[in-house]
Amino acid sequence: MKKLSRNAKSNAVTYAIVVAFFVVMTVLSSTGHLSNSLTGQLIPICVYICMAVSLNLTVGILGELSLGHAGFMSVGAFSGVIVAMSLQSAISSGPVRLILAILVGAIMAAVVGVLVGVPVLRLRGDYLAIVTLAFGEIIKNIINNLYVGYDANGLHIRLLRVLPKTELTDGFLIINGPQGATGITKLSTFPAGILLVLFTLFVVLNLIQSRSGRAIMAIRDNRIAAESVGINITKYKLMAFVVSAALAGMAGALYAMNFTGVAATKFDFNTSILVLVFVVLGGMGNIRGSIIAAAILYTLPELLRAVNDYRMLFYAIVLIVVMLVTNNPTMKAGLAAVGTALKGVFMKTVPVPEEGGDGDE
Amino acid sequence: MSKLVPIPSNSFIPERDLDKVPILEAKRLGITFGGLKAVEDFNLTIGRTEIAGLIGPNGAGKTTVFNLLTKVYQPTTGTILLDGKDTAGMNTAQVNHAGIARTFQNIRLFSALSVEDNVKIGLHNEIGSGMWSDIFRLPRHWKSEKIAHERALELLSIFHMQDMANKQAGSLPYGAQRRLEIVRALATNPSILLLDEPAAGMNPSETSELMDNIRSIRDTFQIAVLLIEHDMSLVMGICEGICVLNYGRVIAKGEPDEIKNNPTVIEAYLGKKGAK
Repeated sequence: MKKLSRNAKSNAVTYAIVVAFFVVMTVLSSTGHLSNSLTGQLIPICVYICMAVSLNLTVGILGELSLGHAGFMSVGAFSGVIVAMSLQSAISSGPVRLILAILVGAIMAAVVGVLVGVPVLRLRGDYLAIVTLAFGEIIKNIINNLYVGYDANGLHIRLLRVLPKTELTDGFLIINGPQGATGITKLSTFPAGILLVLFTLFVVLNLIQSRSGRAIMAIRDNRIAAESVGINITKYKLMAFVVSAALAGMAGALYAMNFTGVAATKFDFNTSILVLVFVVLGGMGNIRGSIIAAAILYTLPELLRAVNDYRMLFYAIVLIVVMLVTNNPTMKAGLAAVGTALKGVFMKTVPVPEEGGDGDE
Repeated sequence: MSKLVPIPSNSFIPERDLDKVPILEAKRLGITFGGLKAVEDFNLTIGRTEIAGLIGPNGAGKTTVFNLLTKVYQPTTGTILLDGKDTAGMNTAQVNHAGIARTFQNIRLFSALSVEDNVKIGLHNEIGSGMWSDIFRLPRHWKSEKIAHERALELLSIFHMQDMANKQAGSLPYGAQRRLEIVRALATNPSILLLDEPAAGMNPSETSELMDNIRSIRDTFQIAVLLIEHDMSLVMGICEGICVLNYGRVIAKGEPDEIKNNPTVIEAYLGKKGAK
């Protein structure tokens, strides 16, 4: 029972950090202490926290490197936009449409997650990483050539062929190929973002601290031993992968609904890598670390706008310092002495399994 | 100990298990890696409550036999009957489900997880809630977690390890890690337990304690045990039947006393010593 309460305590701290972040930001912005550009970043911060936490499920908990996480975000974003825009006349309530968009985004991303996961999860290590990278690019290129319109006759979906507006009877284009989705009504709000972060945390933390999560971590720690105690490897790998994809889809829908227009090129390899950087620097398997790394590293370039010419330099320095600190025992100890608060965040890294694979008896 | 009696398939099983279906029967089992016949024509029958030993010089193919029985390798030839049922086409997880649990020569714990979680992972197919009740913390989740927690501590208490439940598995001393592997294997509720060098790295007093433990596990759970071991005091002390392997072939089978005095076995071992 001690174990359970320890987990519960640690979870409570994690949720509290998110709620505190919400309160502080709301107070700052209502008293006018938050710059416009930073206020505009609050929703993307929530989105990237969700992305980092969900990717951590694949990379840190399942232990498989995925380089196509932005692909799932993209699927969620565009299916969410389609839902929100085509229901515009049917459902007047914004929040309801946002929730529907997020749900559909999650379902579509989960479906794509299953389709991709079934073949891809047969691979391991570098091979899996390369295939997920390719998947991300494929999704991007498909959406780049996707034309979706909505009119009285319902949805018109075309791939590779331009859908001229004249073909629609009294309707509008939702996705216009490389231009992406335009004319989106902004539905995302900061409280909605925070709720999504809390939901993502709820799903991921509960999954990890349960029978299913133990099975997933067992596969990461020792695949052969996991099989030998009767764990269905394919099932649990797919479970982690699909849950991670669905959560990324939700984040994607929230992200798209924050802008008037969004293009497929936004969800490219760079975005996947950006999220991976958050996960790695926050600590693989460390959910709280992912939250903090995503929030800080996403805002950093914005905060450094004052020293515009050098901001990428500072960003790089911060990345290097974090890498050094998380890997160097001496620096870790030094940092621990500096602040116990920082210690809690950066030192709870789960050790990566030492052996490279299987069958090495 | 009951007497070993010969059975038609060129094997022996203890007299008390004679009228029941043998728990494990390997028939003409073999595997080739490239041109190398790692194990060839391996026949073995194990009674339902037998403690059997698999011995042989280094590289004889003992661990390979374990890997064949648990389907880590698919056998090239032969069949394995588990409780009378053919295990052909099963994978490692399914074979475990059917009743074979094992430990490993080079310890394979989930070292980043706690001792209790390691045992709970062993209980995976015994006690459980599904993904949805886990994520949304439905009553089923709490109920099965509670049962799993109690069962895990109960199993750990076999080796008096219940106080270590919250420690990280990788941080345990070597002997404790070996014992934890046995507990984890037992958690899967097997009908036969395969132990790969359970006494490796243990001192004589730990070894003798382990012997008592293995016997009491057999008695309380009424299961069969097949063990690979180099420590002859353990093998001769607790095994009812012994099978000797050399160069992938069975060179002798029988009771400990017969094996001790078997000239082929002595030659296989002394030859090894002479080469040193």
